[in-house]
Amino acid sequence: MREREDEWTGLMRSAMAGDGAAYHRLLKAITPVLRAASRRGLARAGQPPDQAEDIVQDILLAVHLKRHTWDVNAPFAPWLFAIARNKLIDALRRRGKRVFVNIDDFAETLSEEPKGETASATEVAAQLNALPARQREVLQSIAVESASIKDTAKKFAMSEGAVRVALHRGLASLTAKLREQ
Amino acid sequence: MRMDTDQLIRTLAADNSYRPRPVGFVLALMLLAAAPVSLLMFFSMLGVRPDVMTAMHNPLFDLKFAVTLALAAAGIAASLHLSRPEVPLAGFGWLFVIPAGLLAAGIAGEAMMPQRLPMMTRLVGSNSRVCMTAIPLMSLPLLAASILGLRHGAPTRPALAGAVAGLMSAGLAATFYASHCTDDSPLFVTTWYTLATALVTTIGALAGSRFLRF
Repeated sequence: MREREDEWTGLMRSAMAGDGAAYHRLLKAITPVLRAASRRGLARAGQPPDQAEDIVQDILLAVHLKRHTWDVNAPFAPWLFAIARNKLIDALRRRGKRVFVNIDDFAETLSEEPKGETASATEVAAQLNALPARQREVLQSIAVESASIKDTAKKFAMSEGAVRVALHRGLASLTAKLREQ
Repeated sequence: MRMDTDQLIRTLAADNSYRPRPVGFVLALMLLAAAPVSLLMFFSMLGVRPDVMTAMHNPLFDLKFAVTLALAAAGIAASLHLSRPEVPLAGFGWLFVIPAGLLAAGIAGEAMMPQRLPMMTRLVGSNSRVCMTAIPLMSLPLLAASILGLRHGAPTRPALAGAVAGLMSAGLAATFYASHCTDDSPLFVTTWYTLATALVTTIGALAGSRFLRF
């Protein structure tokens, strides 16, 4: 458990220094833990666990857009669990449930074996359709068709910089729309 | 269109080259943009007191600035602290002991000096109504700007973060106001500045719980 946390911190430091592959590995590694904790939170609030994936995606977006508030000299796990807890409470509140989420929910799931299956998420996908066309096309190209930024730029006859801007704006407004709903 | 979690992760990783600015930088920009608005309000409605050159030799006049600037500085430090999600609550409270301690020292110091005016007269002063109006009004642009700046952070206690932003804005607005007000007694400052600050802090807490959630 300790080792896993240290590994996360190392990966996040590399990610903040610009290593996209390390960032990808980190997000992959934290997702099963976030999923298990979200299921547990939903179960405790008497909600069906099939909404867990929406919460996981919500947390991942927040991790991404708030990662500059992480202090690179601090361990990563406490920061991650604070973000995740905030999002989980928010999600349960939006479903009309007042519950206390213990930070230990996340720490405990660290020692569990990750489960393989992925339930489908619907909230992010639904909000995608409300984005401006250009942002949606860029997101679709990178997310669904796994195209690189370079290929996406070529496909839409945009500069790579413009693709990066559309991608970031798309993710930011997606998050804003999720919060408003 | 679907978006499963693996696809979302790939998309987020592709956006890793985007580097958000630090919260402190955004907060500073916002405050720099709002300060001229508050200063304009100050010079159009109040202005510096006419005897400011002689007042500067009065340690109780100077003490007002030490208190308000200490409050503003403590508010800025605490706001930045609270913009991180995982920080413990205990870490920042002592910052506000500094302006409170300065005020207490001022009251003690004044009590030891020979007085021409009775205590209640010094406490009530002659500007309490202006003080209670001007400080909150001049705080509002600064408060709005700091809430906007702090939205860039990740405060997990949004009402508290908003309240602290209120303390900081009140500290800055009170610094402007102190140069206008002719009441220099620490008793006046403790009473009326504190009431005005409490009002701004309450507004900040309400705004924070509304706008600082993420």
